[in-house]
Amino acid sequence: MKLSLGPILFFWPRAKVETFYQEMAEQPLDYIYMGETVCAKRRELNLDAWIGLAKETQQQTKAQILLSGLTLIEANSEIGALKRLCENGEFTVEANDMAAVQFLAERKLPFVGGPALNIYSGNTLAEFIDSGMQRWSPPVEVSGAMIKAALKQLDELGVARPEVEVFAYGHLPLAYSARCFTARAENRPKDDCQLCCINYSEGIPLLSQEGQEVFTINGIQTMSAEVNNLLADFPSLAAAGADVARLSPRAEGMLEVVKAWNQVRNGQQPPLAVQGCNGYWHGRPGMVTAEEAGLC
Amino acid sequence: MQLVCPAGSLPALKAAVRQGADAIYVGFKDDTNARHFAGLNLTDKQLESGLDFIRQNQKKLYIAVNTYAQPEGWERWQRAVDHAAALGVDALIAADPGVLAYASKKHPQLNLHLSVQGSATNAPALAFYKERYNIKRAVLPRVLSLTQVKQVAESTDVPIEVFAFGSLCIMAEGRCHLSSYLTGESPNLCGVCSPAKAVRWSNDEGKLTSRLNEVLIDRYEEDESAGYPTLCKGRFIVNGKRFHALEEPTSLDTMDLIPELTKIGVSAVKIEGRQRSPAYTEQVTRVWRAALDSYRRNPEKFSVDPLWRQTLAGLSEGSQTTLGAYHRAWQ
Repeated sequence: MKLSLGPILFFWPRAKVETFYQEMAEQPLDYIYMGETVCAKRRELNLDAWIGLAKETQQQTKAQILLSGLTLIEANSEIGALKRLCENGEFTVEANDMAAVQFLAERKLPFVGGPALNIYSGNTLAEFIDSGMQRWSPPVEVSGAMIKAALKQLDELGVARPEVEVFAYGHLPLAYSARCFTARAENRPKDDCQLCCINYSEGIPLLSQEGQEVFTINGIQTMSAEVNNLLADFPSLAAAGADVARLSPRAEGMLEVVKAWNQVRNGQQPPLAVQGCNGYWHGRPGMVTAEEAGLC
Repeated sequence: MQLVCPAGSLPALKAAVRQGADAIYVGFKDDTNARHFAGLNLTDKQLESGLDFIRQNQKKLYIAVNTYAQPEGWERWQRAVDHAAALGVDALIAADPGVLAYASKKHPQLNLHLSVQGSATNAPALAFYKERYNIKRAVLPRVLSLTQVKQVAESTDVPIEVFAFGSLCIMAEGRCHLSSYLTGESPNLCGVCSPAKAVRWSNDEGKLTSRLNEVLIDRYEEDESAGYPTLCKGRFIVNGKRFHALEEPTSLDTMDLIPELTKIGVSAVKIEGRQRSPAYTEQVTRVWRAALDSYRRNPEKFSVDPLWRQTLAGLSEGSQTTLGAYHRAWQ
């Protein structure tokens, strides 16, 4: 099993981003995704700065660096930036919107299909593979059984499997909107958001009126409140056909997370239970853990 | 601009035709349909009868096979596409590239429209679907401002359909897993959002309370009117404040934008609400027909009749309407 570090989904100050990748460059990771996937207004690092940081980090690490594209493309300026990202000439791109798929397919460049692309079945996989997709990171709501079934379907179509990368750790990116919920929470108009999401290094908890943590607000993105954690499910990842476990950056503690996953992939017994949710993996509501769902 | 109206039943379909819809869209009674709600949608017999009625009145029928196919049960999506083609519908509305590929190869004569669930918000994305599947139209997600709709329309040769009226998804369609996170069922895979079977109403401490899979969505004071607990429209606590943190219960109404949408070159406006009653379809279709006709007769002097607005407000969630993302300030 390979380990990847997903793109940072939160908005962090540039210095924090640089320190983070300096640390991560030395970790036992196979792939590191960099770049802004949530909001084009987040420009602590602009596109050139991201590419610069990617080059610098590539010098320091054995992991392959990739660049992730924006997910919700609305303005012409965003299309232009995405095109430049796809034409970077050095790093493989993770497509998170069909615009990126189109740009990469036109240029006959191999790409990674990110979790924001709606690919749920073998027939659909075949369409993306035909367009140049070499690695598939399924939508976060897809279960292990569905991944297995989709790959079987692909085999029956006679199409070679892509590498499969499962969102294995972190707050799940669940939804994207035109509206910025962080700005709304601070009672600011989106056009005058003052980039207030930089003050929340792991988003803002959204609680029910009974105090239950339900979601996490992260700009235009809504995430799970719970951290998805499939470490206890490690044996079933490979059984479902996963080749890569994606660890999604959190504000703190990622060194320990990478260490724990690395030990398990190198043969250490996985823990019997972990904190966090794993419902999606088991074909249940995403927020539950398998124990709650009566599956353990 | 063509007026495209929803029908979740045969009476709704007939009401839409009678009130002047140019096209009516429906779906099958299974999970190939993004409005796969209990008790909704037309049986095969009703569909044939509805299609006859549509043909007699020289209107068009579109069928939505617009969820994402699951690997187990791919035959259902194949069958739905084949069925739509055999009926001779005027267009198939689909989102999944796997489904679009099947339809375009197997039934090259079938007109394909990209569903809003396809989440195509920009010209390069539309080019993908056009080049590979020869789509004849695309429905844009309700996340774009009017300026952005204009930019898309100017930079693509794919005819554009936009939402005109109805329930408002606050999230980009096709890019929202909130429902499956709480309930296990999502629009993309199951054709449902905040499914009725996960809803529980109770009276807690004298207050009407709605829950979705036991997560509290909203709690109402006596003088407040309660709405269906669609999870993005509940009241939550963020930074210590209790409010509609994602979206108020409100409906989209773009009647004021008819002149702009026409100038932009939008081909069709769509009314949301296949899950609503025949009376809803009847009234919304009547009012929108009147508005579009009024604009056509005298574009310079177009204004929204207060009676139209009153009718639509009465049919809206929370009796409120908004221009939604079309109006930048809403974002």
